[in-house]
Amino acid sequence: MSEKEVKNLEAIFEARIARDEKIEPKDWMPEKYRQTHIRQISQHAHSEIVGMLPEGNWITRAPSLRRKAALLAKVQDEAGHGLYLYSATETLGISREELFDQLHSGKAKYSSIFNYPTITWADIGAIGWLVDGAAIINQVALCTTSFGPYARAMVRICKEESFHQRQGYEIMLTLCNGTPEQKAMAQDALNRWWWPSLMMFGPRDADSPHTEQSMKWKLKRKTNDELRQQFVDQTVPQADILGITVPDPDLKFNAETGHYDFGEIDWDEFWQVVKGHGPCNKERMEARVGAWERGSWVREAAMAYAEKQAKKKVAKAS
Amino acid sequence: MKDQDLYNYILGIADNSLILGQRLGELCGHGPNLETDIALTNIALDLFGQTRSYYQYAAKIAGDGRTEDDIAMLRNERDYKNVLLVEQPNTHFGHVIARQFLFDVYHLQLMNALQHSEDEMLVAIARKGVKEVSYHKRFSGDWLKRLGDGTDESKQKIQEAIDHFWPYTDELFDMSDSDKKMAEQGIGVDLTALKDEYYKQISEVLEEATLTIPDNPYSKRGGKQGIHTEHMGYILTELQYMQRTYPNMTW
Ligand SMILES: [Fe+2]
Ligand SMILES: [Fe+2]
Ligand SMILES: [Fe+2]
Repeated sequence: MSEKEVKNLEAIFEARIARDEKIEPKDWMPEKYRQTHIRQISQHAHSEIVGMLPEGNWITRAPSLRRKAALLAKVQDEAGHGLYLYSATETLGISREELFDQLHSGKAKYSSIFNYPTITWADIGAIGWLVDGAAIINQVALCTTSFGPYARAMVRICKEESFHQRQGYEIMLTLCNGTPEQKAMAQDALNRWWWPSLMMFGPRDADSPHTEQSMKWKLKRKTNDELRQQFVDQTVPQADILGITVPDPDLKFNAETGHYDFGEIDWDEFWQVVKGHGPCNKERMEARVGAWERGSWVREAAMAYAEKQAKKKVAKAS
Repeated sequence: MKDQDLYNYILGIADNSLILGQRLGELCGHGPNLETDIALTNIALDLFGQTRSYYQYAAKIAGDGRTEDDIAMLRNERDYKNVLLVEQPNTHFGHVIARQFLFDVYHLQLMNALQHSEDEMLVAIARKGVKEVSYHKRFSGDWLKRLGDGTDESKQKIQEAIDHFWPYTDELFDMSDSDKKMAEQGIGVDLTALKDEYYKQISEVLEEATLTIPDNPYSKRGGKQGIHTEHMGYILTELQYMQRTYPNMTW
């Protein structure tokens, strides 16, 4: 293809995006668009399956059978989200094995929030309320993103995430309406999960190198700081209903802007966790790599069996 | 309690689902791939769903204010009546599948038979259970074949798992006093009548999976009398953690 032809295709592509048309896997797309989408969608997929670990940690200890079943179902939903998102990434010409290799080697990232430990039952409530809550804000914007398979996966996933959020909030509400000990457990969880949840929206706009290109491709509809503000505005009144305190002395409603002003995120902590030195980065990776390695004989067996069956079929037919 | 035998009978069935579900719950997020993770979680969800129906019914029969969770989480180890098979650990995926398959075949027979119970509530639970457990049995049976007729390594691993669990299967057909009374009244199932068919079905699938049918004549039993293996205490430690640490609270 000549340079001129490529330029032409690029112009057609940009025009399609501007018209809000969906880009499908078989359509021509600039290599950078493809690579950016592989990176972002797989990162999202990895987050779903690494996210299964901190919550899975409480399945055997859930306080009631009803909560146990709901938690199992939630963690299973996350596995399902991982599955759709890996499938969406595969349409861009990369295999699931390669994607797992990238996760296991540390080349691919996943959401840092899952590098924090779940140490009490209230953490399961806080994750549903805050982490799924923040995820929804990030993801609602993606339901109209330009890449078709990603947008469609997002629509499905968002529905389930809002269910998770309600369920998590309901856990918090039950705790806050419970004994003083339960309410203290809820407050402690909010104290520990609040700041990491704000960090889920990524660096400040000024420090976010990919934002401009991503906005152009409608891979992002709002900036990190806009989304973070939306989360704070939505969540603070919910904490008020619970009767627990957001751990930020600078938090204050600003009547002029109609938004909450809030304190500065500890960016050193943010970068420490992103760079692999958070409380559980090592444990999460060991769990993922361990499951994958322990499962290799099983996957090999399934493949060998399928081949044998296929051969038998051919032998029968001929 | 007026219906002590019915109560005991229900718990005898429910405890198997509870403890096996608890074992499967340990695996969530740690399976060989996402598809098996999702499938095993489905099975665990079915088992906990059944467990809840049984305990809710048992709580009604007991009529002493205890809830499903009190029954599930606040008994002492000797009062859990699950068979030893379901409390055995998830040593590796072959163990998970072998344990599941050896239980599922029995479980489906039980659900089928329980559909003809004189007790309407048990009939309703069994009707739903038949559909669920048929799926469980298909899943574990298919994997048994894949592992048996897969690679040399998988064959050796699944054979070892089947051999390991074989002695635990005989207990499935033990009848407690309450089991006997309920069977006589047409409420419960005569388990002894299921035994031949059980081993016949198991043998067929093992053969199809190119595996050897164990001829170990020894058996291990005790769970149905509340005498468990050393694993049980640890299962209950996790299962009961919240209810024991924070008594009398709503979650
Ligand atoms: Fe999710
Ligand atoms: Fe998500
Ligand atoms: Fe979620």
